[in-house]
Amino acid sequence: MAFDPASDYPLGTRRPDLVTTPAGTPLSEVTLEALRAGRLSADDLRATPETLRRQAEVAAAAGRTQLAENLRRAAELAGVPAETILELYTALRPHRSSENELERWAARLEGEHAAPLTAAFVREAATAYGARLLLAP
Amino acid sequence: MTEGRSKRFLAREGRELRKELLIAADPELGLVAMNGPGDPQPGLVIEDGRIVAIDGLPEAEWDVLDHFIARHGLDLEVAEEAAGLEDVEIARRLVDVDVPREQLVRLSRGLTPGRLARVVGLLDPVELMFALKKLRARRRPANQAHVTNLKEHPALLAADAAEAAARGFAEMETTVGVSRYAPLNAMALLVGSQTGRPGVMTQCAIEERRSLQLAIQGLTTYAETLSVYGTEPVFVDGDDTPWSKAFLASAYASRGIKVRFTSGGGSEALMGHAQGCSMLYLEARCLAVIRAAGSQGVQNGSISVVALVLSLPGGTREILAENVLAAWLDLEVASGNDAIASHSPTRRAAKLMGQFLPGTDFVTSGYSVMPRADNMFGGGNYDGDDLDEWLTLQRDWQVDAGIEPLSEEEAVRVRRRAAQAIQAVFAGFGFPPIADEEVEAAALAHGSEDLPDRDRAADVHAADRVLAERISGLDVARELDLRGFTDVAEAVLGIQRQRISADYLQTSAVIEPDGSVESAVSDPNLYTGPGTGYRLEGERWELLRSLPHELDARSLAEQGGDSLAPVVVELGEAGPGTAANEVVIAVGPAFGDGLRETIAGVPHETVLEALLEGVRSEGGEPRIVRVRRVADVAFIGHDGARLSGSGVAVGVQSKGTALIHRADLEPLDNLELFGMAPLLTVDSYRAIGRNAAGYALGQRVGPVPTRLDNFARAKLIVRTTLLHARETAEVVRGAAPVELSLGSKP
Repeated sequence: MAFDPASDYPLGTRRPDLVTTPAGTPLSEVTLEALRAGRLSADDLRATPETLRRQAEVAAAAGRTQLAENLRRAAELAGVPAETILELYTALRPHRSSENELERWAARLEGEHAAPLTAAFVREAATAYGARLLLAP
Repeated sequence: MTEGRSKRFLAREGRELRKELLIAADPELGLVAMNGPGDPQPGLVIEDGRIVAIDGLPEAEWDVLDHFIARHGLDLEVAEEAAGLEDVEIARRLVDVDVPREQLVRLSRGLTPGRLARVVGLLDPVELMFALKKLRARRRPANQAHVTNLKEHPALLAADAAEAAARGFAEMETTVGVSRYAPLNAMALLVGSQTGRPGVMTQCAIEERRSLQLAIQGLTTYAETLSVYGTEPVFVDGDDTPWSKAFLASAYASRGIKVRFTSGGGSEALMGHAQGCSMLYLEARCLAVIRAAGSQGVQNGSISVVALVLSLPGGTREILAENVLAAWLDLEVASGNDAIASHSPTRRAAKLMGQFLPGTDFVTSGYSVMPRADNMFGGGNYDGDDLDEWLTLQRDWQVDAGIEPLSEEEAVRVRRRAAQAIQAVFAGFGFPPIADEEVEAAALAHGSEDLPDRDRAADVHAADRVLAERISGLDVARELDLRGFTDVAEAVLGIQRQRISADYLQTSAVIEPDGSVESAVSDPNLYTGPGTGYRLEGERWELLRSLPHELDARSLAEQGGDSLAPVVVELGEAGPGTAANEVVIAVGPAFGDGLRETIAGVPHETVLEALLEGVRSEGGEPRIVRVRRVADVAFIGHDGARLSGSGVAVGVQSKGTALIHRADLEPLDNLELFGMAPLLTVDSYRAIGRNAAGYALGQRVGPVPTRLDNFARAKLIVRTTLLHARETAEVVRGAAPVELSLGSKP
């Protein structure tokens, strides 16, 4: 059955069939029995990019444009390693990066992580930082 | 020039309130609540489908906030529609019960910060409250708890978290004194909260990197430390930009972690860069950035700067206006009331009502469930010792402000179990053991002073291991399960499961004990006037109104009179007396029979003995009579006086109220009235008897000295009512008085 963002929320209770961990474990199999049997891994207990995109659709259907954009960026970042995310966060802080450095981040997001929305977001920041002298000296 | 100081002015100067400074507005320093003279003229210029000026500023002069808002924060189609509306027309719609929230939220998408602040500035306090009630995102209000302690004692953290969860808090936040403790505090909060009630969301307020790391390990579920400021210099001093903060928000969401931002009026003035603008206008800029960043919500309403805002005229109103703005922008609102707003309890409560009565998504962004001394957030506006006050206010107003009553027995039970659960987890990971004495102390503690000191170096080492070994929420669940805490393990695992479906990333989400998510999507606030929206009624009202110390009304007037032999014997109908020195002691219908003691606890037998003794000591001849036709003390006394040979009588109600009456006076007049029954002692009744005899014998009589306790009414009015109801119940209409003798039948 196709996903309907206007009526399939909450996914966990209305569409558990669509929800799995990144490794493909269905929601219904995230149980104490599975934990005891060693079938669960902490790194795997999180949302997939697909789930985050569906949440973005739910937000958009409720009229929450910006929340939807945020969740679409989140979907792109779901597969990016935490260390990389923390480095990029630091790079976006004021006076940390030159325009070129931010452009390299954007290119990397597009090339390595299939994250065009986040890449555009970083480029947009670079432009605004340039206008406000917030780039690295 | 007046001479000397007024003692009344001096007394007022000594009050707690006067420890706070009040200042006149100083707009240049940003010390103006709202509608500041330096606020820009609102406006939006769009050319060729592109924003070229916001609130009077052309693009070339935009700061980083303007750039961000122009890029992400405004819907141009709505902007054109909004441009055609007067400010006052929009303000009226905010309080028009027939204009649904949805339309107002849509309209907000076309308004600049200047316009938003201007429109909300047109509302008076009651209008603001009404707008807030209408605009709240989620149907049902909730509350957030703060859980910390000075010793960072894990068993006490777990116990406090469990009790808070059992009291219905939907979220709870901890922080640290020493930042290396964070992983342990987060773990104690996770275990404690899930012991108290499955589904409670938790966070640990620390530096962003560390905070994200704890969340990734599944030890916390949400974050609200993403601060935003209304001017560029303060934003940059905070080492962030709108882009870096928005990116961080996406990063949290990418790990399935709920995020809300933080902002609040006055922070820019405090940090010296308000740029001559009012607090409300700068907060409108913050909120515009926050929505543009795609945050689902915000904690705002001045937060930790509240006392500065309250130093200004209109400060309380400004803070409420901030919350209204946030709700109008469709953000989940955790509405402050966490930091200490004032020394004055009156002022604190008055400020609170702005959010308490309309209800917000989280009425406080941290109710301190511990005593103030253990609050590591800088002291709570409301603390553990104030819980009964909060619960009573909910009961008074029939308002749900998110905290449930809990019996002492249940509180201690859940606290002990949580302390045992964290004890088991510590044992499982080989952390420094938590002794049984510590568990027991945590179960019963008032604060951390009741807990033994721990080896802090060893605990901090354990905390480092949590990060180094990547000990996760899943590991915590496993240890709980292995050590017999299966239900808590299931709840901790349930929280991890939420991260997979990520339903709580939607606006205003809270998790129910059964794991279902309620948010503005699944449970929106559709208030459109009386009979709609969230109303505290039914089972929930039954739960919130039934405080553990509430009494059964009837039991208050139960003095065992029905099962004991009366202390007086009825001798038959009372006739008029003839002796000139006779003083009638007229008692009420239930005296010495259905009721047995006065409201002051003096046994009726003792009252009669004292009166008899007093009358006799002055040469009077007492006769006891029961008036049955009325319960009012004036008529009891007057009926007695008409039977009395001297024309003088003492009238006494069962609750102890007494007077001295004379037959020739109007019934509602009297010689002396003793209305303060709670203060009447055996000596008082003896003196009343003496005076009555004095009047009977025509002597000069000085009134019996009486005392005054102006709180007696507040303290005893319930008991008075119930005792009087019992007296009234024994009235027999038209019944003749009967003569009594003291003493029970053989």
